[in-house]
This record gives sequence, C-alpha cells and structure tokens, in this order.
Amino acid sequence: MPIDTGDTAWLLVSSALVLIMTPGLAFFYGGLVRRKNTNAVIMQCFACMLLVSTTWVLYGYSMAFGPDVGGLIGNLDWAGLNGVGLEPNEAYAATVPHQAFMIFQAMFAIITPALIIGAIADRMKFSAFMIFLLLWVTVVYSPIAHWVWAVGGWIRGMGALDFAGGTVVHINAGAAALVGALYLGKRRGFGKDPMLPHNIPFVVLGTGLLWFGWFGFNAGSALASGALATSAFVVTHTATAVAGLTWLIIGWLHKGNPSLIGACTGAVAGLVAITPASGFVDPLSSVVIGVGAGAFCYAAVQFKNKKGFDDALDVWGVHGIGGTWGAIATGLFAQKAINSAGADGLFFGNAAQMIPQIIGVAATWGYSIIVTFVILFIINKTIGLRVKPEEEAVGLDLGQHAEEAYVD
Amino acid sequence: MLKVEAVIRQEKLNDVKNALTKAGFSGITVYDVKGRGRQKGYVLNFRGREMRVDLISKTKIELIIDDKGLDDVIKIIKENAFTGDIGDGKIFVSPVLDVIRIRTGERGKEAI
Repeated sequence: MPIDTGDTAWLLVSSALVLIMTPGLAFFYGGLVRRKNTNAVIMQCFACMLLVSTTWVLYGYSMAFGPDVGGLIGNLDWAGLNGVGLEPNEAYAATVPHQAFMIFQAMFAIITPALIIGAIADRMKFSAFMIFLLLWVTVVYSPIAHWVWAVGGWIRGMGALDFAGGTVVHINAGAAALVGALYLGKRRGFGKDPMLPHNIPFVVLGTGLLWFGWFGFNAGSALASGALATSAFVVTHTATAVAGLTWLIIGWLHKGNPSLIGACTGAVAGLVAITPASGFVDPLSSVVIGVGAGAFCYAAVQFKNKKGFDDALDVWGVHGIGGTWGAIATGLFAQKAINSAGADGLFFGNAAQMIPQIIGVAATWGYSIIVTFVILFIINKTIGLRVKPEEEAVGLDLGQHAEEAYVD
Repeated sequence: MLKVEAVIRQEKLNDVKNALTKAGFSGITVYDVKGRGRQKGYVLNFRGREMRVDLISKTKIELIIDDKGLDDVIKIIKENAFTGDIGDGKIFVSPVLDVIRIRTGERGKEAI
C-alpha cells in the first residue's frame, strides 16, 4: 500500500504526544515527593528518555518487533534499524513509513520503565537505577511487547486484545513497581515522619500533560487517522473524566474532603484503564470502565495504606490494578462494531474472549514480577540499590546529583 | 522561664520534634533558616560549573519552657540532633521576662 500522508502526520504527532507524557510524569512524580528529592525523581524520568531512546534504536525495537523467535522474542535482524526504512511494514502499519511505527513504539518503551520510578522514589542510587533501567527494558519490556504486539508473539496469537498497552505498559510497570517497593524496603522514617507532596500544582501540571499526551498513546495506536482514532480519542477522554470524578466523590465521602491530588490520581487511573480497551469499546462502556477505574484503584490505594508497604507514589495501585481492570474490561466490553479487526467481548455474546484476556494479564504479572526481582537481586548483591541513610535524610537531589531543585 | 533556640539539621527536625512532644514539650515554633557556623558548606554543580554554597539551609526551633525543664530539653535536642559530623548545630538558652496568652490574658508560667 502507498504511504498515506494523513496517517503519517497523525502517527508522527502522536509520537511527539506520547513523548511529552514522560516529562509530564516527571512533574506528576516530582510534585508528589518531598522537595529534597524533586530533581532526583525528575532526573530518573528524563534518563528514561535518554537511555531507552538509544537502546531502542540499537537493538530494543528489533527484540520487540523484529522477526519472531518461538513466539517469545524478536531476533536481532533489525538491530540498528537495519531494514527498518521508510517503506511501510505491511504487517504493523501498512500506510505509514516503518520508521514512523518504530519511533511511535519507542515512546512507549520510554514511559513504561519511567512509571516504575514512583514506587522506588526517594531511596534508590542513580547508578543502580541506570543499570536497572538498561536491564529492565531489555529483558522485561521488549519480550512482553513482543508477546502482545509483534507478528508471531504468543499472546497476540491467542487473540488477546490490548489496543494501546494495558498489559505491556501498565500491568508490566505496576508489577515491577510492587516488586521494587517491597524489595527496596520502606523509605527511612516511613509511617513516622510526614511525607507530604511538596508541590500539588506540579501534580496537576503533570496530570494535564499526561492526559494531553495520552491522546497520542491511545488514538495514535489506531496507527491511522480516521474513524478508529476518533473513537479511541473519545472513549479515552470520557473514561478519564469519569474516573477522576469517581475518585473525587469516593474520596470526598470517605475522608470528608474533595482532594485535588485525588482528582488527578483518579484521572490517571482512568487513562490507564481505558488504554487496552480504547480501540474496541463504545462511549457508554468507557463510562463504566471509568467508574471501575476510579473505584478499584481507590480501593487498591487504601489497601496499600493499610498493609503499609511503601509503594511511594502508588504505581501498583494505579497502573497495576488499573491496567488489570482495563484488560479484563476489554474482554467484557469489546465489540466488533467499533473495530472489525477486534473481537466481541462477554457482554456482546463472546464469553470466550475472557480467556486470552486473563491469560495475557496473568502472564504479564508473572513474568514481570519474577524477572524484575532477579534484576534487582543481582544489582543489590553487586553495587547495591539503596543510597546511604544519611544521604536519604539529606535528600537525593544533593546526595546523588549535587543539584538542588530549590536553591533560593 | 527560658527560651531555648536550637539550630539543627533539617532532616533531624522530625526526630527532635517527636522526642520533645513525647517528653511533654509540645509547644514549638520552627523556622527554615540559612546560615553557617564552622561548617564550610557544600559544592553544587550547574552545567559543570562548580558553585560553593556557603550558607546552608538549616532548621531553627524555638520553645519557651519552665526553668526546671531545661536539662531535659537540652538532653533531648542533643540526642536527637546528633550525627557526630560537623554541622550538627547549636543550642542557645536565654531568659524570658514574661509570656502572655492572647486569648485568655494569662501571664507567666500559666501561659506557657
């Protein structure tokens, strides 16, 4: 098929939109931490843009999307973008240059490990983080992206639906976050000292950039400009608003105050949950998905608070649980009337769609938990994961980077 | 009546405050301050340019106490603000002439 200029324009714009989610996330996380750790958490997000962009071009894209080896991983035939040129790849996106698809996917590989940062915030050495990042995108992200999205990937072959990354991005990061929070242990003084967000307007700025960029994430995943992209855009926006509203109301009834951070967190939970479903569901289904995202993620965060594990910025509760709800909801609400390349879900007469959805969810949780643990274990036994206690007390901005966020 | 002022490390504030509260000294005023003693500051990097920060961010706490609480307060601050490294800070003690609680008009020890 010839290159379509409209499709190409939309995919390139979408790639830029997904990129800006990572600095958006940096502000979201930066506002939630204490002021002494602001730069450190933003730096970790920014490092994902630098390092993952590099590895993606060198070998990451090839491992994720390259010629299949046993349904598990791509080989290195496309390393260094060898053969990934300006002609369309018919199997992935028939109307845009192959490199446009490649760079769009690069942005997903950048933000996925960046999401994990919220769980391990305020206590990990930057050197250990960089090694973790390199290993994680190589042996966790690329294989799971291959399973779900690549030609020949075993979860894709099963017929599991994941439009924009509920499993690959959100469950994957949420599972790794849980392992990271538990294995690194609590922040010093956790449960004793107040650990309040230092800049709530930053959190709102970050949420705004995430919401804005997410239109590229979900509507861009149509890989074409037109009806499907529009549908994904509309349900993404709807689910996000409903989830933010749901969290706001539940929190208000539960704690007595309408919380701005709560409204933002709920909106992000909605963005997460609609992600896998965005190319397959109608607007009213997205309302239900949004209500579920607000309610389930709120409950998950309360559960975490009760259990006392220090997932500092609730990556597990929002991305792990939100992503799981989204993947299951895709199996419930998907309909061929929205996307003929998809499938009907449980509520549209095809209960069997739940099986690949559940297998996809379980496989992602299992693989991410195990391999993330192995990576962290190796780093901990060699160079160590955590900063020194006195460094943690002074803050990572000064301790790790010799740059304070607020000097005057 | 005495005023106890202490300049301490920012990161020690919670330990000091919690220990004082536990011993019954709950009234406290806290300031963010910058200053220097014999500690010489630290070096920051901006685009590879080194900058010496010689006024260091510290926390100053201030509490008004009855004379007989002084030894306890000093002990608590010393124990909880201590690291052994340069920059642990100092404690200053001075007399207070009178204290007036605005709401009730109480004066002296009653008003502490």
